Amino acid sequence: MAQATSPPEVVKEDARTRRGYSSDAAGLGSLRAGAFVAPALLLIAAFLVFPALWVLYLGLTNYRLTGAAAAEPEFVGLANLLDAVFNPTFWNSTWLTVQFVLGSAVIGQVVLGFTIAWLLRDRAGPLKRLVEGLVILAWILPSAVVSFLWVALLDRDGGTLNALLGIPGFPWLLDHPMLSIIVFNTWRGTAFSMMLYGAALGNVPPSHLESARLAGASGWQQLRDVVFPHIRGHILTNLLLISLWTFNDFSPFLLTAGGPDGRSEVLAVHVYKVALQSGELGYGAAVSTIILLINLVVAVFYLRLLRSKK
Amino acid sequence: MTRFVLGRIGFCTLIAVLLAFFTIPLLWLVTAPFTSDPSYEVKVPDFTWDNFQAVVEHPYALPSLYNSLVLSVGTAVLVVLLAALAAYALSRVRLPGRDALLYALLLLSSIITGTAAMVPLFQLAVELNLIDSHLGLILILTGGLLPAAIFMLKDFMDSTPKSYEESARVFGASPLQIVRHVVVPLVRPGLATIGVWALANVWGNFLMPYLLLSDVEKQPAAVITYTLYTEGGQANLSMLSTFGLLYSIPVVLMYLFVSKKYGFRFHGGIKR
Repeated sequence: MAQATSPPEVVKEDARTRRGYSSDAAGLGSLRAGAFVAPALLLIAAFLVFPALWVLYLGLTNYRLTGAAAAEPEFVGLANLLDAVFNPTFWNSTWLTVQFVLGSAVIGQVVLGFTIAWLLRDRAGPLKRLVEGLVILAWILPSAVVSFLWVALLDRDGGTLNALLGIPGFPWLLDHPMLSIIVFNTWRGTAFSMMLYGAALGNVPPSHLESARLAGASGWQQLRDVVFPHIRGHILTNLLLISLWTFNDFSPFLLTAGGPDGRSEVLAVHVYKVALQSGELGYGAAVSTIILLINLVVAVFYLRLLRSKK
Repeated sequence: MTRFVLGRIGFCTLIAVLLAFFTIPLLWLVTAPFTSDPSYEVKVPDFTWDNFQAVVEHPYALPSLYNSLVLSVGTAVLVVLLAALAAYALSRVRLPGRDALLYALLLLSSIITGTAAMVPLFQLAVELNLIDSHLGLILILTGGLLPAAIFMLKDFMDSTPKSYEESARVFGASPLQIVRHVVVPLVRPGLATIGVWALANVWGNFLMPYLLLSDVEKQPAAVITYTLYTEGGQANLSMLSTFGLLYSIPVVLMYLFVSKKYGFRFHGGIKR
């Protein structure tokens, strides 16, 4: 749903508000303030909190989209969760999701995003604007469009990639579906990491780099001893956010629809397929519960780290 | 000296590879719409306008762009309005349980995603008769975007000085007048940012409309693109590329506008 924009400054914010920003300058009063907050909270409760709670309940029933169980769903307890745990398809999807997150977010986007930010760090002018503009373009175009661009790129007969490599007829999406969606998602999402690291590198004091250089440190040594310690917090923020987003990303569906034979069916696609295509809403909800729990663990871990940093 | 030359060559190669990686997938989008009877191949276009003609004549193509517009503008307006009210109140008034509420909002916005909530949202929409309703989809999308929007806006409001509000109060303005005539103009850049963010988010959203709108006449461009792609087994490439281009142009324009006006980068933290 929302691309969660998780602000790491929240904790700091509170300290600031306590120092006096919090005073009710317009004389709003608690009652009016409550009325201001209420409509937003109502919508959040109805369309965000309630669905999340409902998914927990649904996961405990045998609810189906059609048939007898659709009319009168029965409570089946943990049966769905156990089904998932003993279902090889679920584990296959989980494993594919791990590959997807590690390959495209942790390795692809972080490494590529950092590399671009590092290469362009003290540059200005048209080259920087061109590279950044293209990377950002890949990020902001609608996912329905970019996924089709990649279908065209990877097409076995006319696709640009095969034409460039001189191997016409090579079916990328059929033979290497995971590699395809990993590279696709790297291309798609690098912009965020690039911008984050670009901002982070701007905060590394040039004098530290200068003295390292004068002391004869090589490029790699400068990175390891000066740059990385400075931007550790940013790396962490970046890693957690993009892992969370990639983990919940539905766009692989647009490229491979989970196929062939479920070989690129990451968890997001798996839920869609079992719940809304096969109609097993109860089982789908149980898998959603697992996704929610994983999200929760990552988010709490992230907030903890933020708090301990301050 | 050799080291410098080698570094220079390495740098140029890397940049060239990066440029190629990010450009090549986009080539098709800029050539195929202007090519008559395009294939997946990237060819030098013969600059025809026939494909645009076909898009204009397609019964669902242009209406779907209109649907996208309705959904994104509707959601953006609602998000800005509700988030601004809530963020202002949370920023200025110390409501009981405020910090816990903010913490919960932050958690919610990052853990409840369309992926995790698609089953209950689908059911909820069925129960409330919101399937195939633009208003229903707008409400659902708004609910999803609000926590993050409140967060970003509260941050923004916290950093605006409250002295204007105080002096307006001294001159006898009522709280609601102050909000309307003093606070809103002050935080306008923040409101604009949130509006653009919500607009772009909904414009590109595929999953929610795909789940909740089954009537072709109501589907936004994201979903229509996908139906052009699978319907009848064969993808209609001239339609797809041209429609994709038309569908992309607004986001690109918006990006250019935002980056010109506010600068499209992170300042220190992550947002703003």
